[in-house]
Amino acid sequence: MVLFIIFCHIIAAILIMAGAPARKTALVASVLAFAAALFLLAFFDQSQRDFQHVTSFTISPDWHLSFTTGIDGLSLVMILLATIVTLAAVWFTGTIEKYENAFYACLLFISGGAIGAFASIDLFFFYAFHELALIPTFLLIGIWGSGNRVAAAWKITIYLAIGSFILLLGLILLYQSFPLAARSFDIRALTAAAGLGQISADAQRHVYLLLLIGFGILISLFPFHTWAPEAYASAPAPAAMLHSGVLKKFGLYGLLRLAIPLLPEGTHHWANLLVVLLLGNIIYIGLVTIAQKRLDWMLGYSSVMHMGYIFLGIASATVLSTTGAVVLIFAHGLSIALLFALAGELRKKTGTLVFDELGGLGKVMPFASLAFGFGVFAAIGLPGLANFAGEIMIFFGAFKNGWEMAHFHIFQIATVLALWGVVISTVYMLRAYRKTFMGTMNERWKEVGDLRPALRVPVVLVVGGLLCYGFFPQSLVQMVTSTFQTYLSANSSHLADEQSCSHGAVRRLRFMGPADGNAPQGRSYKVANKR
Amino acid sequence: MTITAPELEIAVLVLGMAMLLAEAFATKIDKRVLAFVAIAGLALVLVASFFVAPRASPSQATGFWSFYTADRLSMFFKQFSLLTTIFVLILMIDYAPVVRSSFPGGTLQAGLGEFFALPIFTCVGLMYLVSAIDFVFIFVSLELVAISFYVLVSFTRRNPMTLEAGTKYLVLSALSTGFLVYGIAWIFGATGQTNLQQIADALANPTTDRNAALLGMVLVLVALGFKIAAVPFQIWVPDVYQGAPTPVTAYLSVGSKAAGFVVLLRVLQPFLALPQTQRLIVVIALLTLIYGNLAALPQANLKRLLAYSSIAHAGYLLIGVACFDASAISFYLAAYLLMTLLSFAVLIIVAQQTGEQIADFDGLAKRSPFLAFAMLIGMISLAGVPFTAGFLGKFFIFYAAIAQHQTALVVVGVITVGCGFYYYLKVVRAMYWQSANKTDKIPVTALSRLAISALIIATIWLGVYPQPILDALKR
Repeated sequence: MVLFIIFCHIIAAILIMAGAPARKTALVASVLAFAAALFLLAFFDQSQRDFQHVTSFTISPDWHLSFTTGIDGLSLVMILLATIVTLAAVWFTGTIEKYENAFYACLLFISGGAIGAFASIDLFFFYAFHELALIPTFLLIGIWGSGNRVAAAWKITIYLAIGSFILLLGLILLYQSFPLAARSFDIRALTAAAGLGQISADAQRHVYLLLLIGFGILISLFPFHTWAPEAYASAPAPAAMLHSGVLKKFGLYGLLRLAIPLLPEGTHHWANLLVVLLLGNIIYIGLVTIAQKRLDWMLGYSSVMHMGYIFLGIASATVLSTTGAVVLIFAHGLSIALLFALAGELRKKTGTLVFDELGGLGKVMPFASLAFGFGVFAAIGLPGLANFAGEIMIFFGAFKNGWEMAHFHIFQIATVLALWGVVISTVYMLRAYRKTFMGTMNERWKEVGDLRPALRVPVVLVVGGLLCYGFFPQSLVQMVTSTFQTYLSANSSHLADEQSCSHGAVRRLRFMGPADGNAPQGRSYKVANKR
Repeated sequence: MTITAPELEIAVLVLGMAMLLAEAFATKIDKRVLAFVAIAGLALVLVASFFVAPRASPSQATGFWSFYTADRLSMFFKQFSLLTTIFVLILMIDYAPVVRSSFPGGTLQAGLGEFFALPIFTCVGLMYLVSAIDFVFIFVSLELVAISFYVLVSFTRRNPMTLEAGTKYLVLSALSTGFLVYGIAWIFGATGQTNLQQIADALANPTTDRNAALLGMVLVLVALGFKIAAVPFQIWVPDVYQGAPTPVTAYLSVGSKAAGFVVLLRVLQPFLALPQTQRLIVVIALLTLIYGNLAALPQANLKRLLAYSSIAHAGYLLIGVACFDASAISFYLAAYLLMTLLSFAVLIIVAQQTGEQIADFDGLAKRSPFLAFAMLIGMISLAGVPFTAGFLGKFFIFYAAIAQHQTALVVVGVITVGCGFYYYLKVVRAMYWQSANKTDKIPVTALSRLAISALIIATIWLGVYPQPILDALKR
């Protein structure tokens, strides 16, 4: 079943390149994949903590390399996200004038690659599948993009290529930092070996830094973010939906899947650095977003900014905050895809996305306006929509990490600053909504019609997903938590054996006073007060 | 009946002689028949080579086996040379119209016979070269390769560019041969041996003059640096690659380079004990990586771009040499064979319709989706995108470099990979983004279609399932 979901898109893409009717094939493939993902969800065994539906083909016994796929709660959530967004993106595409088949094939290659990466248990294929999306993205932006498409296409491609080669170095170093007998590309074997403490602390720090930079470039972590807004502004709407909604989440998934269980020492060694960078994402990029004068650029920057929250969940590395990070990944993927889809429709109908020229469109496009409102409020984090559940879990989890009565720790400071980010995003999101759909309408837009009924289906699907998981986030949480409980408890027992509190999961700032009585969440240490 | 390794070379040699005789006496036949006969003959030898059990020569071997080895590495590269020559002959059949047009007033067949026969002799040279473990034998087989290339490079001599290429190649190659002989003389003077194994033994002896041997090694390195196009011995590459007939360029960039690397590995083996050797290779690798990739960035002529890219790939291969990982190098070369021949195959067909500039590839996706897709696979494999052979080649090279903590090589390597994405995707961009000036379809013969399809499938197959090559190299 997992194999079917991966290859459904890829085979459809190959068929389309070979001349099958583009839109029909793509729609059928994405509906089938979505149905298969729902099937997996329905038959997912939450009591089992290990990977399920595992299939494996040996590639190279010398290298312990095999094509192994399977799902646990974490990858199932990612696959669900990917199939929903793919379905919406394909549905929203409509007719393309130039090279229609190539367009659909590129879209399907991107989502097939992303799903393959999420479902791979093998490190090599985890990496390789992600790269499948590189060339299609280049072509999508280059051929069908708008605005400064040439520069944007080069920028995203070179950035992502270098980022992924840095990531590759990190993965090779990770592989080599295990003792010879434990070397394997199988993530399960690596996790088990890491649980026994087989990676030295020094190696963990090096590997984590490489992974952070490599994944960071792919996720648009400040200051490696400059490719993202430009690319998303120039990309055709379905490509922007898929890339910002699904593909960018690959890096976050990678950090959750690899850094949290394998590199606990690295995670907290570089926690301070990551906190500073993610605050750059939230505060600096947030302010930059407010200054945007075009809807597409604003959405591009906002998607960069929201990565900051998810990084906060990863940096603080507690069960609560990492689970929240996954919920937010899911929610953000849906909401940003919805916003990019509607922005694409607006561009098609009005020919512009400059705020000053838009306005009052709510009168002629009531449905689009309502749907956009849902997207906006979800992005802000209004209770009742899935983003809220994710953000609140991240904030609580991060705030509790290292909390003590007398002093603020870096994670409390970070949480306080990140909460201001919510205010910032309220400012730019509501301003965008007002400038686009409220106010006096320009006479030019009198003839603009609302969304076609056919296009309302994916919108309803996505909004439904946001609402559903907004009110019942527990259904996502239950799937994911057990994974992180396993990961983090394995680490803490290992850390407790090997290290005293001063090297604990949370780096203590010098001025913070004695360390007693506040073992960080998720990792219980022996609190050995040496002073 | 068992086949031994030397019989393979003899078979190829006999095939070459027979072709020359047939060409001389049977003047009436279509010369392309000769090419097909050559391809069939080489394919037969290729099949036979799989039945030869690899055997390394014992260290104290005498007679023939003291300068000839048939270990796994050499068997792998014998097959490699045969396969390259087969593909080059297929490319030459496509290129035949261009050769004809360069012979004034000649008949339809003028010049074709030699054009098809010479690569066979080059192939013999390459096969001997990868087996050579004695400096004298290395020198002789290197000359066999070089002399047949002198003729091939300047074959379409009416073209002034080709003439320039031929002269440059002749003069500089002769110069490098001089360095080689001089280096061998120094090494012989210092150690009293020409056999590589015995040189290693002599170097282990503390009474040997190491400085003299090292000087000899550096001089040999100059000569081999010329063959593999390493900086600073790369000056000839862009001009010769651009001027030579395109199938010959492909042959130079794959066959000549691969044999050069095998010889380099063998020659360096005795000198590894000396710490200066590795440092020297690291510096050359860094220079080659940086020069090859940066100089490729502004190129507008595809043949010239591929010339610089071949320098850049020599850089990645030199990382493998610096780490002394023979299997990583061999895998990289196998991948390089597939993707380079693929690119040249498409280039030959398209260049006859439009031209060699990258701009001539504008809108190729519309004119011939098949050729555009083939070029796409070739380019992304050269750039190093996963699921292609080129990526796994880079993966193994970087793996070796990280294992040996060659930080400088790894950092420069990653940056130059980024450059590579730019100039290879420039070709993809031309084919898919730009609109064509002409819209007529480009015809592809059945044979080329078959060869190109085989190369595409092999490139992707090796990128997903590298085990066959890894098995072939396992010692």
